[in-house]
Amino acid sequence: MLDLINVSYDTLIPNNVGLSTDKRVLKALEKWHPGYINWWNDLIPDNFQKSLVYLRTAVSVDPKGWAKFDYVKMPEYRWGILLAPQVEGRTIPCGEHAGQPAWQEVPGEYRNMLKRLIVIQGDTEPASVEQQRFLGRTAPSLYDMRNLFQVNVEEGRHLWAMVYLLHKYFGADGREEADDLLRRQSGSEEAPRMLGAFNEETPDWLSFFMFTYFTDRDGKMQLESLAQSGFDPLSRTCRFMLTEEAHHMFVGETGVGRTIERTCQIMAENGIDDPYDIEKIRSFGVIDLPTIQKKLNLHYTLSLDLFGQEVSTNAANAFNSGIKGRYMESRIDDDHKLTNATYPVWDMVDGQLVRHEVPALTAINMRLRDDYSRDAAGGVGRWNKIIEKAGIAFEMKLPHEAFNRKIGVFANHNFNPEGQLVSGAEFDKGINDWLPNKADGDFIQSLMNPVYEPGKYASWISPPKVGIDNKPGDFEYVKLHMA
Amino acid sequence: MTKMIDFQTDPSKYRHWRVEYEGDIATLYMDVDENGGLFEGYQLKLNSYDLGVDIELNDVVQRMRFEHPEVKVVVMKSGKDKVFCAGANIRMLGGATHAHKVNFCKFTNETRNTFEAAEADSGQKYIAAVKGACAGGGYELALACNYIMLTDDSSSNVSLPEVPLLAVLPGTGGLTRVTDKRKVRRDLADVFCSVEEGVKGKRAVDWRLVDEAVPNSKFDTVVAERARQFADAAAAKAAKGITLGPLNRTIAEDGSVTYSLVEIAVDRAARRATITLHGPDRDVPASTDALVAEGDQSWMLRLVREFEDAILHLRLNEMELGLWVFRTQGDADAVLAHEAFMLANKDHWLANEILQLWKRTLKRVDVTSRSIATLVEHGSCFAGPLAELIWAGDRSYMMEDEFEGDNRPIATVRLSEGNFGTYPMGNDITRLQTRFLAEPEHVEALKGHIGEEIEADSARDLGLITYAFDDIDWDDEIRIFMEERASFSPDAMTGLEANIRFAGPETMETRIFGRLTAWQNWIFNRPNATGTDGALQRYGTGVRGDYNMQRV
Ligand SMILES: [Fe+2]
Ligand SMILES: [Fe+2]
Repeated sequence: MLDLINVSYDTLIPNNVGLSTDKRVLKALEKWHPGYINWWNDLIPDNFQKSLVYLRTAVSVDPKGWAKFDYVKMPEYRWGILLAPQVEGRTIPCGEHAGQPAWQEVPGEYRNMLKRLIVIQGDTEPASVEQQRFLGRTAPSLYDMRNLFQVNVEEGRHLWAMVYLLHKYFGADGREEADDLLRRQSGSEEAPRMLGAFNEETPDWLSFFMFTYFTDRDGKMQLESLAQSGFDPLSRTCRFMLTEEAHHMFVGETGVGRTIERTCQIMAENGIDDPYDIEKIRSFGVIDLPTIQKKLNLHYTLSLDLFGQEVSTNAANAFNSGIKGRYMESRIDDDHKLTNATYPVWDMVDGQLVRHEVPALTAINMRLRDDYSRDAAGGVGRWNKIIEKAGIAFEMKLPHEAFNRKIGVFANHNFNPEGQLVSGAEFDKGINDWLPNKADGDFIQSLMNPVYEPGKYASWISPPKVGIDNKPGDFEYVKLHMA
Repeated sequence: MTKMIDFQTDPSKYRHWRVEYEGDIATLYMDVDENGGLFEGYQLKLNSYDLGVDIELNDVVQRMRFEHPEVKVVVMKSGKDKVFCAGANIRMLGGATHAHKVNFCKFTNETRNTFEAAEADSGQKYIAAVKGACAGGGYELALACNYIMLTDDSSSNVSLPEVPLLAVLPGTGGLTRVTDKRKVRRDLADVFCSVEEGVKGKRAVDWRLVDEAVPNSKFDTVVAERARQFADAAAAKAAKGITLGPLNRTIAEDGSVTYSLVEIAVDRAARRATITLHGPDRDVPASTDALVAEGDQSWMLRLVREFEDAILHLRLNEMELGLWVFRTQGDADAVLAHEAFMLANKDHWLANEILQLWKRTLKRVDVTSRSIATLVEHGSCFAGPLAELIWAGDRSYMMEDEFEGDNRPIATVRLSEGNFGTYPMGNDITRLQTRFLAEPEHVEALKGHIGEEIEADSARDLGLITYAFDDIDWDDEIRIFMEERASFSPDAMTGLEANIRFAGPETMETRIFGRLTAWQNWIFNRPNATGTDGALQRYGTGVRGDYNMQRV
């Protein structure tokens, strides 16, 4: 067990921020760390705490150091504080201060705005670990279990990264906010997580893959825009987090892909051509493609809600003050101030969906969401390749962004996945075909039986093409502790 | 208007006032030099005044108290024939920036309050002996006196013609004193304030606008009688005063200012002035005789005079320095000892005057339109009167525990008996009472901490400070607070502070600085008064102001 009294933060915490000489952060971390370990231990079942997991640890930010693989017990994982290297002469990339030297200290004027953004980002990191807390028990393989835990410890590290910023730059307020990040709990009635999508439980592994594909991608977009921040420590933190986030989306994309692949394989083996022959397909212990599409619909639309209102003053303020940029800000060819620019946003006029131009400054959220949708379409295309290869007439699709929305202009209206306004009755009629229902959930749940034997996989999912760290197919990714 | 305005003056430099002393009665003549305006572009006709005239008046009142404690009655008269005083100079107002108008009004208001309070605070009663036209700011001068006598010559009158003539308000306390002090019936006040020609003779008495209307032939005699009467009814305090010498002040190129006990450091980029007050550099006087012998050099008097000058200088000459930071350095025990001496001898005229000047100067802080932060650092002496600065400010920050490489004594707050009644605010209750409006019992409990060396954690628990930060957090927290503060709209800050500083009871004073001033400043921003076709610009052209008739 970890010795909490005599933590040597210098060796325990891989860092490139001079932690050993930073009295302020050390003092704050000493107070915060025990709570973090408690949080972790409460969350992950005991036998997994004691298991040896083949994990990647980032010990430095150079290419050699950021992916060290070894067996580790999760409570002893070395959560590091790593910032992408400082870029000499970096300037504020956008807004009214564009071109001025990037801030190395928090500008007093924007302290509260910055703090709020960091807290919101920080709140999502531990939330997903909480949402996924029961999945280890139903892992379809040790390979997948290991990926789950990898994502979990890295989300934990992302929490550390945000806590570091709060401790380092936001004084007493920051310490209080850091404590509150551990006080809120996903799904809690007392103190829920800040964003709706992070209070939903992740009930099964397909949900987990969809979540890491779609919702982590929202995280990616947020990190991308924070990586464009004029507040340099935030930018550097987020740039490094993005390298890890890419792996989470890889877990999601390949997880869904392997599920699809397995379904296609079983259909071929049993001569089933009709993807809608659901009962028959399910009888072979795989998930039919229409149900996978329904899961996609759900997770994509929940994730769209995370981008907030299409037209937003907060987003405009954050951009204009140089606190948050656009996706790939530095590659956009404009004045980076959006003084006179416009951007088309969705709106409802006389019951009709229209897209009209508004000042681009106020449409920052909309633009980021559009970038997100484009980004999310890539993996869907690759999934369709798998289906196509199997010769099955079925295509996965991102639903129209108006469908199933709770936030923004589409909220409180009934749209079908094609983006057509439908009546309440039509919506109720279609919903069973559009979103997973209880029976779908029950069926998926019935497949969630753990497979703990090295090299073996559950009935509903194919093995991966290559192992983690190029390990062979029967590699024991998790040495389970048997109580 | 970029030239520096100096608030220091002395009788040898007066151009607008003169005083004749005769035993316990002084006669104060207002005799404004037409060509003695503070700025170019206007003449001070008909005993009208500008800031320069008021700076002299402020000096007269101050010296009356310290240099002439023998005076019990001051008779304010005009040195001109047909006019008592025509009020603030209209051309000056028409040409002044908004900021100057606002600050001018604030200072004149403070001066009016000062001589009005002289009877209660110092036993010096002011009589206004009004002969000739007494209009607008002129009547406001009279209103601030403790007794108003008007000659009944069938033409001399008192009036507040601002509304009909200039489309502004009688903003130097006029409206408020008519209703709150003179207690004129509101409908009569309404009539009075909307007629240009004002009210004269017996009606002025009937309407309570003056205390006495005296037949013109007997006017001088009756005024002299009244003065004698009032003087005889008051107790004598002292035969001889002290001399208020010029302050020891150096202003550097960059705008920083050094006095013997006060320093102002200026950071223009940060829009900040740091004002450091130093603790005692000399011993507590051995006796009241010794106090008098020290003259203007005793620690408490010298410090408060320098501090007052610093406040006035920064207010008028450094308007872009939107954040004032108060610091102190020195021996807190010594501060308490000096104050204790004054409190023990507050029946002595000079000790009393010094405490009263502290009270007035702290009130100047309260009504200053700057964000004020107090830093209670190691080695500081926020004790007694200096501790008031913590609660006069908008926020306070205190050093907690030892700081590396800092061997100054640990920061403490020290309460004294003085904090519980000697320095009331304009709302007539103490800063502590105002601070703990919801918990009067807490103020009582704080009395139990008088003299204690209250360190940061207790000071925070007792609610005496806003934040305490240790070595690790201090620099960053202070920097960020200051940057944030300096980034807000100055107007919004002024409005915010002026509102939340004055919790608790309304008094005539808070109504003047709050309600009357706020409305006046609003009107000063409206085209009906200050637009190119507004009343102030058109005054004297024979053409009336062109008003937008929409009621807002
Ligand atoms: Fe993350
Ligand atoms: Fe993630």
